[in-house]
Amino acid sequence: MSSQTVRSNLMALPAVAWLFLFMVVPCLIILAYAFLTRGLYGGIEYTPTAENFQRVIDPLYAKIFLTSVRIAGLATLLAILIAYPAAYAICLSPKRTQPLLLFFAVLPFWSNYLIRTYAWIVLLNREGLINNLLRWFGYEGEPLALLYREGAVITGLVYNYLPFVILAIYSSLSRLNGELIEASRDLGAGRVRTFFRVTLPLTMPGVAAGGVFVFVLSIGNFVTPALLGGGRFQMIGNLVYDQFLTANDWPFGAALGMVLIAIMIGLLLLQARASARFCGEKQEAANG
Amino acid sequence: MADALRTKLTGRAILVLVFSFLYLPIAVLVLLSFNASGLPTTWSGFSLRWYVSLANNSDILHAAWNTLVVAIFATLIATVLGTMLAIGMETRKRRSTALEALAFAPMVIPDIVLAVALLTLFSRLNVTMGLSTIVISHVIFDLAFVCSVVRARLKNFDFSIVEASRDLGASSFTTFWRITFPVLLPAIIAGALLAFTLSVDEFIIAFFTSGAGRSSITLPMQIYSMIRFGVTPEINALATIVMGVSAAALLLSQWLNKEQMTR
Amino acid sequence: MKTSVKLRLAGLATTAMVLSAGTVLSADLVISNWAGYMAPDIAETFKAATGLTIEVVNHATNEEIMGKLMAGQGKGYDVVFVSSPFAHILNGQGLLEPLGPGKVPNLKNLYPQATKLAFDPGNTYAVPYAWGTTGLCYRSDLVEGTPDSWSYLLNPPAALKGKITMLSTDRWLMAAGLLYKGYSVNEKDAAKIEEAKNALIEAKKNLLAYDDTTFFSKLVSGEASLVQAWDGWCNYGIAENDKIKFVVPKEGSDLWIDTMVVMKNSEHKEAALKFLDFILEAKNHAWAASNIFYEVPNKPAMESLDPELVKKYPTMGVSPETLVKYEELQDLGEAQRDYSRAVSEIKAAN
Repeated sequence: MSSQTVRSNLMALPAVAWLFLFMVVPCLIILAYAFLTRGLYGGIEYTPTAENFQRVIDPLYAKIFLTSVRIAGLATLLAILIAYPAAYAICLSPKRTQPLLLFFAVLPFWSNYLIRTYAWIVLLNREGLINNLLRWFGYEGEPLALLYREGAVITGLVYNYLPFVILAIYSSLSRLNGELIEASRDLGAGRVRTFFRVTLPLTMPGVAAGGVFVFVLSIGNFVTPALLGGGRFQMIGNLVYDQFLTANDWPFGAALGMVLIAIMIGLLLLQARASARFCGEKQEAANG
Repeated sequence: MADALRTKLTGRAILVLVFSFLYLPIAVLVLLSFNASGLPTTWSGFSLRWYVSLANNSDILHAAWNTLVVAIFATLIATVLGTMLAIGMETRKRRSTALEALAFAPMVIPDIVLAVALLTLFSRLNVTMGLSTIVISHVIFDLAFVCSVVRARLKNFDFSIVEASRDLGASSFTTFWRITFPVLLPAIIAGALLAFTLSVDEFIIAFFTSGAGRSSITLPMQIYSMIRFGVTPEINALATIVMGVSAAALLLSQWLNKEQMTR
Repeated sequence: MKTSVKLRLAGLATTAMVLSAGTVLSADLVISNWAGYMAPDIAETFKAATGLTIEVVNHATNEEIMGKLMAGQGKGYDVVFVSSPFAHILNGQGLLEPLGPGKVPNLKNLYPQATKLAFDPGNTYAVPYAWGTTGLCYRSDLVEGTPDSWSYLLNPPAALKGKITMLSTDRWLMAAGLLYKGYSVNEKDAAKIEEAKNALIEAKKNLLAYDDTTFFSKLVSGEASLVQAWDGWCNYGIAENDKIKFVVPKEGSDLWIDTMVVMKNSEHKEAALKFLDFILEAKNHAWAASNIFYEVPNKPAMESLDPELVKKYPTMGVSPETLVKYEELQDLGEAQRDYSRAVSEIKAAN
């Protein structure tokens, strides 16, 4: 092993050890549950079976998975579209105010998720602030049904995870030096061309990281679909939760959870490959 | 010149819009802290009663303190471990799929799976549970998020500078503090803010790994347990105070720094 | 600069000590309950009466505390408040301490009906704390007539479409469908569960939302006109707006019972039994009835209530004879799987 490899491995070691001890080991217990049987009162019976995995293959769960991928995907897209200009604008601000702006972007999220969600209900409900404001401006039609729609769920998700995307994009935007962009402009590339050929590819890792945050946090969320979606939508994370706590069916919950983890890690690895390739190529293009 | 001005104004406009979106529900939340009625989503008149009852509610204040302690410790540990992991991963000559999968896993494990798994483990090993076990558990997902942000910044980082520095005889330590660290700092700060924010709001894992006693209740646990008999605006009052105090503290320190600099 | 860093380090060190010392202070009893379900000064009054100290901790839902008790074998907890089907499961898993005859003398205060409940006849492992039923909670100024049938939820008149909420917890959601179809709330026949499921999917079109937590608030604001509700929760709405009323549909309903149980792994069983006995004293048990408007199965406690209260909240005057006519929710065993899948299907339906 080269000394560089040794050094790299040593740097990774503490985190790897932590994850191994406190995540991999306990999750092996859960993985074992996935191959056992539910007891009469919901406990674990030590009868080996593959039935739990057979039950996972069910069009219903595929449908719920696809719905949550769609909702989380839309939330991710919107969050990136809002966060990118915001992060860019923060980078354009004076150096001294940048940390201040970042801080004020996360400050709302040191309150509590539940009461923030209640605040959205107050804004959006049929007798809520937005509808009352419309009435005050002379709107006389039926009150707008803003809540309990997919749109309300997506709004809630975008809202709660927006600062994470801003942070991720900011941290990769801020190392971009103005010179590179100026050079591109000097060479006659237009504003738009410079953005798509230089700025965006170089900040793609931040965009990808932020996007992943919104996506994984949304898929596992259940307060927002329950309260803003009126329980009409279910995210896949909630389905696993229900198997463990409501149905009290740990073996099936374990099987469902493990399959979900495998699919999600697979998706993230694919995404990492794709964005690495995208950045690599674009960067070469920019250099050449 | 006109171009620069236009860029500046567009930037301002974007910031105003995005911050309005971020603070619109916060304005409602603050307003509700002065709500006379105890209903979570219906306004019925101005009152300061929730601030008074918050001041007398040692349960909530104690839980808020615990949350702060957990979030600070989890953030500190996760920021160090996550940053090191990110550097380790990005300086490798060959990417390791196993390592990448391990770094992604904490983000995609359903909360309930991790919660049940950890409690089962701790209980079988007869570990005494409390704030420390919540910290251990929060570090798991916090470090994955920190690692992800720091890695994003390390992509395209020119490691030849690091090698050059070493070739010039600087120790690894000096190289790190003088060269790598300053480049990473914004990402480390961003990662730490992210970890802290996640930790402050986390409920299920904290509930399962907190042990049974009163001493390790966190604020989200306290708040969710109020769902059945009504989450009172005391919580809104607390959130208002937390945000107000944080903002005031930051602005004050900023102002003090400026004073020092100008002197 | 240097000193401030030192100060900060000192601060962290102190917190680290607090962190590790968290478990040193321990009370005689650890009790887990929903926040707000007992008198706030319970620790003081119990200490004055028995000399024992208690620590009250809270859980958000039956499901969460049960998951925690199962994964951790209930270690650290002495007395836990859960609803009857959950007590039944915990007992089935061997996590509960049998109460034993004569150990809780104040059980004599319970209504006879409360000592013969089907999930635990003779109170062998659980002591009923509060009970009630599920029905329809509505705004009498927005709903025409009395909505005295489950069909108001599942097949509503035009004026109510889009102004209705149903409970989202699996058993109560299914109960509405099953009762509408004329079946038992504990129905185990797959075909009948399927029928109820289809009725509920159909009903989703006319629904504002599934709501377990803020439905009474929706009634007060006028966002909803009719909601499926537990009787006690409807009373929170009534407290804010006296046009809100509660009715049990003529097809019948379920009987829910919240209970107190003692954990088998408790190291303070004597003290735990003393606590159960203390709660069953009329004046202590009456707290729940007069402050959170839940009926308690305690005869002298109910008889001590202010008649004005019963007038304002009619559900408080329902007799135990009437209550026990409703059907007790029971653990479903294997059929739980069908219920869960049905509920997932309902929630996923467009």
